[in-house]
Amino acid sequence: MADNPNPDLDLPETTAPAEKTKRKGIKRRIFLAGSALVVGGGIFGVWWTDSSVKAKGNALIGGEGKPAFGSILTIAEDDTVTVFSPHIDFGQGSHTALAQMLADELDADWSKVAIEQAPADLAFANAALAKGFLPTMAGETLAGLIPDAVIGMMARSMPLMITGGSSAIRFTGEIAMRRTGAAVRAALLAEAADRLGVPERELTTADSVVTHAKSGKSLRYGDLAAGAAQRSLASDPVLKARDQWKLIGQPVPRRDIPAKVDGSAVYGIDFTLPDMRVATIAAAPVRGGTLESVDEAPAMAVKGVEKVIKLPDAVVVIGSGYWPATKGLQALSPKFTDGGHAAVSTPAIYAAQGKLMAGGKPDNEAGEGDVEAAFGAANAKLVEAEYRVPFLHHAMMEPFAMTGHFKDGTLHLWGGMQDPLSTRAKAAKAAGIDVEKVVFHPMIMGGGFGRRFPDMVEIIDQVAVVAKQVPYPVKLVWSREEEVRHGTYRPQSSARLKASLKDGQITAMRMDYAQSGNAEGEVPFIYNLPAASRRHFAYQSNQIDGPWRSVNATQIGFYTESFMDELALAAGADPYEFRRKHLPEGSRHLKVLDEVAKRAGWGTPLPEGVGRGIAIVESFDTIAAEVVEVALKEDGSPKVLRAFAVVDCGTTINPLNAEAQIAGGLIMGLSSAMGEAVTLDKGAVVESNFADYPILKLADAPPAVDVHFIDSGAKTGGIGEPGLPPASPALANALASLTGKRIRNLPVLAQAKA
Amino acid sequence: MAIAFTVNGKPVSVEADADTPLLWVLRDDLGMTGTKFGCGIAACGACSVHVDGNLARSCSVPVSEMVGKSVTTIEGLKSAEGTLHRVQQAWIDAQVPQCGYCQSGQIMAAVALIEKVGTPSDQQIDEAMTNICRCGTYPRIRKAILAATGAAAAAEGAA
Repeated sequence: MADNPNPDLDLPETTAPAEKTKRKGIKRRIFLAGSALVVGGGIFGVWWTDSSVKAKGNALIGGEGKPAFGSILTIAEDDTVTVFSPHIDFGQGSHTALAQMLADELDADWSKVAIEQAPADLAFANAALAKGFLPTMAGETLAGLIPDAVIGMMARSMPLMITGGSSAIRFTGEIAMRRTGAAVRAALLAEAADRLGVPERELTTADSVVTHAKSGKSLRYGDLAAGAAQRSLASDPVLKARDQWKLIGQPVPRRDIPAKVDGSAVYGIDFTLPDMRVATIAAAPVRGGTLESVDEAPAMAVKGVEKVIKLPDAVVVIGSGYWPATKGLQALSPKFTDGGHAAVSTPAIYAAQGKLMAGGKPDNEAGEGDVEAAFGAANAKLVEAEYRVPFLHHAMMEPFAMTGHFKDGTLHLWGGMQDPLSTRAKAAKAAGIDVEKVVFHPMIMGGGFGRRFPDMVEIIDQVAVVAKQVPYPVKLVWSREEEVRHGTYRPQSSARLKASLKDGQITAMRMDYAQSGNAEGEVPFIYNLPAASRRHFAYQSNQIDGPWRSVNATQIGFYTESFMDELALAAGADPYEFRRKHLPEGSRHLKVLDEVAKRAGWGTPLPEGVGRGIAIVESFDTIAAEVVEVALKEDGSPKVLRAFAVVDCGTTINPLNAEAQIAGGLIMGLSSAMGEAVTLDKGAVVESNFADYPILKLADAPPAVDVHFIDSGAKTGGIGEPGLPPASPALANALASLTGKRIRNLPVLAQAKA
Repeated sequence: MAIAFTVNGKPVSVEADADTPLLWVLRDDLGMTGTKFGCGIAACGACSVHVDGNLARSCSVPVSEMVGKSVTTIEGLKSAEGTLHRVQQAWIDAQVPQCGYCQSGQIMAAVALIEKVGTPSDQQIDEAMTNICRCGTYPRIRKAILAATGAAAAAEGAA
């Protein structure tokens, strides 16, 4: 738990032995910052120093009359600046924000800036190189100290074609986009100075024009681009100061939205080719099971069905369209094995996790101070609680769909994934062909939320294998049932928390939690306690546990922030004031907490039948505090009436979009807490569709979310995920204050029914 | 069997099994992919269209029931001159979509609501807007509906 008890006060390194806690905190900060730099270094290594890679990237995006710079942008003769994003945009709005950052440093005319997805080519990323940089630049020892969760996150970000870990803006934007914009601007200035025969310092730039005020002469970027492209780009250009920003921080409308309101946006599932067939699939209901046998005849008898393909763990039906393929699939009675997982069930997993925590050895232990001594101290008031959260389905609205066409030895793929490069590698492996023989065409995505990391995406292998067996292009589409039952879920997880109180202060806190992944290094512990401990007990079921929007911060946030309210109750303190007492004076956390309390009118009287709850969680370098007000409907289910979020992500690049991300994250968090659960019986998922996996609807969502940003100027944090984690504990805390009943198991609705 | 009906004002005739859902006729046979597949059981509303002016979830409506009927999809909301429907414009103004996948259905549901009740109250919006949005764009959906009807009221007042 010593991750980061006090990020704002641990600036000067101390050598005093008594300051052990702080020193650990300092180390953590240094290597986190260091690894961010490593990521940047890796990117720069690829984009700036390897001229052959740069040349290839430039050749792929540039062309006659459209010179390319740094593998990131082109400038056309008509001044159009096209920014090529290495990140995909599955709804989080990062394409627009990344272009804003580059265009600001470039002083480009925003009305002439276009945004495109960078091609899925190694010229735009190099995972191996970046990975190799980690120990080199951070040092073997330091790299060895980085917890798995962080390495995983960094590794996912490093190839740069990966989108995840709320990394686009804070890494790619801050490091690659802004610097490239500034370096290209410098090259344009140098070119203009030569052409006009004047000193560079007399030139100014604005709206894609270089102006020499003294002579009144000016040159457009489109005129200068070809010459500037012959110049080398500065590797360390001067960036604008905050007060010089024109686009960063502005509520610029997103560029992708018009095509999403008139039906013209083409998602992966919408892609079509002449002569294309459509396929659908049923995989073994039990994860880890295999296909034993299937009689293909009933499917082949369905009009429009063309072929049945057996995969090791699934059966695929190809038809003239989705409906014939579906009817064909439904006509089949495939026999699957259970892979030996028949005993796996939701209660069995909770029981096993409980047993692990009761008697097992932790796989990871973090923290400092003597927790046991504090628990055993005289007059210590002990509080204990156990919490449980279920598997969660990503429920991206667009079910998986991918088109494959194997022609002349090359496999073409069309679809949406969080990492175009590893999509190619995975498909190549599945199809048994060279990766150079796989061309991936990234498409826009109907959500992702962590479900589209290629390593865990079965449809890539499925479509690669299927496409290789047929002469025509084939689009494989998963049904919603397939989607719900074969997820890479947020892990089912259990926790036991224990704390000691003395004079209204926490003297020690311990969290034991059992789940597949270790959250250390990913979810910082924000409170300043004399002793704290967090112990991870690794538990793996037959399911594939994946990253689910905000990853471990959802459940760790739920445990910690629910327990903080339980401790406040035991101490007879107000939950807001109790948190204040345990946050460092002058810290960003305290400012965020105070601001949300102020905006929500914390402490003011509430109408009869309304409860109020508060929570604060730091994730992805962003601090978010939320307050919700909740009432009970006639059937006893909760309805959130009002919601407030205050966020410090350092700098808000696009407040209009950032607000949407935080509000959407809060609502997704409420949805998961309210009714979502994937449960297992005999090793198989019980739920099948939105009828039994309920997503929060408009009527039950807060009518508005009051989102406020504190521009602290601290290191830029993410915004795609941090809005989510405080929502579920804030809801549980509000319900407890309203009803007196503490919700320790999610989802809320299942517990209300029980 | 050949089934004849109208889509966005144009007569169409498709060869499809009677039980084929309208959604798949639109997407696979007519190549109109603005109408989305989300669940196949009329639970999410991503496939919402208008049939003779009434809101319908096209994944659960057999095409055989369309004979002689008039279907409007998201592609048919613009005017003949290509001007966006006021609800579509309100969606852009309020910057509603995130991933955008459910928004065709959301807009079709909102248009049906406004055509039915004029200026909906918050409660009418709650009752009518039952489509799922995983990105959680609901506050902006509400805001856009209210803005679109406010604009509509102003325009009617001026006329």
